[in-house]
Amino acid sequence: MNAVEVKNIKKKYGTKKSGVTALNDISISVQPGELFGIIGPDGAGKTSLFRILTTLLIPDGGSASVDGFDVVKDYTSIRKRVGYMPGRFSLYQDLTVKENLDFFATIFNTSIEENYELVKDIYSQIEPFKDRRAGKLSGGMKQKLALSCALIHRPSVLFLDEPTTGVDAVSRKEFWEMLQRLKQQGITILVSTPYMDEAGLCDRVALMQSGKILSIDTPAQIVASFAKPLLAVKSDNMLHLLSLLKQSEWVEDAYPFGEFHHVVMKGEFKEEIAASLSSETSAFEVLDVKPNIEDCFISLMKEANEQ
Amino acid sequence: MIIADKLTKRFGDFTAVDAISFEVNKGEIFGFLGANGAGKTTAMRMLSGLSMPTSGKAIVAGYDVYRENEQIKRNIGYMSQKFSLYEDLTVKENIRFYAGIYGKSNQFIKEKTERVLKQLHLSGEADKLVKSLPLGWKQKLAFSVAIFHEPRLVFLDEPTGGVDPVTRREFWHMIYGAAAEGITVFVTTHYMDEAEYCNRVSIIMVKRIDALDTHKQLKKTFSASSMDEVFLKLARKAVRTE
Repeated sequence: MNAVEVKNIKKKYGTKKSGVTALNDISISVQPGELFGIIGPDGAGKTSLFRILTTLLIPDGGSASVDGFDVVKDYTSIRKRVGYMPGRFSLYQDLTVKENLDFFATIFNTSIEENYELVKDIYSQIEPFKDRRAGKLSGGMKQKLALSCALIHRPSVLFLDEPTTGVDAVSRKEFWEMLQRLKQQGITILVSTPYMDEAGLCDRVALMQSGKILSIDTPAQIVASFAKPLLAVKSDNMLHLLSLLKQSEWVEDAYPFGEFHHVVMKGEFKEEIAASLSSETSAFEVLDVKPNIEDCFISLMKEANEQ
Repeated sequence: MIIADKLTKRFGDFTAVDAISFEVNKGEIFGFLGANGAGKTTAMRMLSGLSMPTSGKAIVAGYDVYRENEQIKRNIGYMSQKFSLYEDLTVKENIRFYAGIYGKSNQFIKEKTERVLKQLHLSGEADKLVKSLPLGWKQKLAFSVAIFHEPRLVFLDEPTGGVDPVTRREFWHMIYGAAAEGITVFVTTHYMDEAEYCNRVSIIMVKRIDALDTHKQLKKTFSASSMDEVFLKLARKAVRTE
């Protein structure tokens, strides 16, 4: 049995005439113990999907189950077995760190002591501040407390909605290390993120955009399915270089990528492009590069928009 | 365009920004990177005349942050992390409202509105409510509104958070355009690849500026292959407060 099974889920907000389609026929299966990433920008439908799976929102069409329980019929059973960390900090600001954790443990008929082992790794980092009010914690500490509260009843499936949004690169790294350790404990984890570079840390990912799934696969397989040659090019005038590349007959697409521009080629034309650039610009460099998830997302997104 | 000298902000006995000093040149795209809670937003609020420093000096667009904060506000643009247009006004009404606040003439507003909407490919949406636009368009519109009154300096506080990778790049293209028109850009971001699009980058870890240079030089100094690595190396060095 899959930990999460989503079949043809649809969700629309607003009226028929001027509504927004948040989820447009989405299907996903997540296996037990998997660390599954939902990768997409704002407005992709990540939060709507999580709210349906945690029984906080009823879909307009399709069906979904968590641990074999139907999200509409069996919502009480699901609520007992899932942990949910919403995107916005939603603990009690006026309660202390320990009071918050106690509160969530009590609601689920358990105690901090009973499941301390599970949260120890994370909670011990904020335990020195256990008498501080949650509202007075720093961003990173709030995040650790929220994760502890979502885990304290030992859920079988954990839903984390954009836990790393607006979090700096270092805290993001630490957070993902925590998730890897949780996975060892056998918890199924669904995590959403707008940061493409986090996809590589998941077992499998669904790339989402505007309520649709662009691709579902392992990160390695998604990258491997990028069919065209990719080059990285730089020169001393990057803006000029970009317009040159975009005009080139060999080039399918070109876009800035950190220090370089990434250039999706129509075929093996590395020499041709280098030759044509040498007459137009100076001090340029052309390298073969492997695509990453962001390259794949850009290409899939443009494909979807053309259809 | 900006001169900050030992700029400090304390809230009670908590020091949010600890004696930061730096200069931003005219026409520059200046990246302001840092850890969470390092004091980025507080520093930006002081520089934009919204928050009075506790001590230190700062001159922004030629005006003193203590005595001339009203003049500063008139000469800068500001786009916050959260979407800052009015959802229940149309695209055109939002532009009119912001430009009106900055005291621009009807003639100026009318002419420039047409030009800006054309550039954004939003001419057909001029009379639509802002809330009906996709997020990427809203962010681009918000940026155009922030520089509509032709400020000398614009502050962008995480303008691309949560934006899709294609729109994120289009947004940076607009930033380059603004810089080419002579507008100085002061921008914060959590995307390390975007640090590479800035002329110079400053990194603030714990209330202080730990590094300030071009991305090329920073990578050399920290013998790192990417800005991500520079950031991580600095973070490991810094004493974490939590």
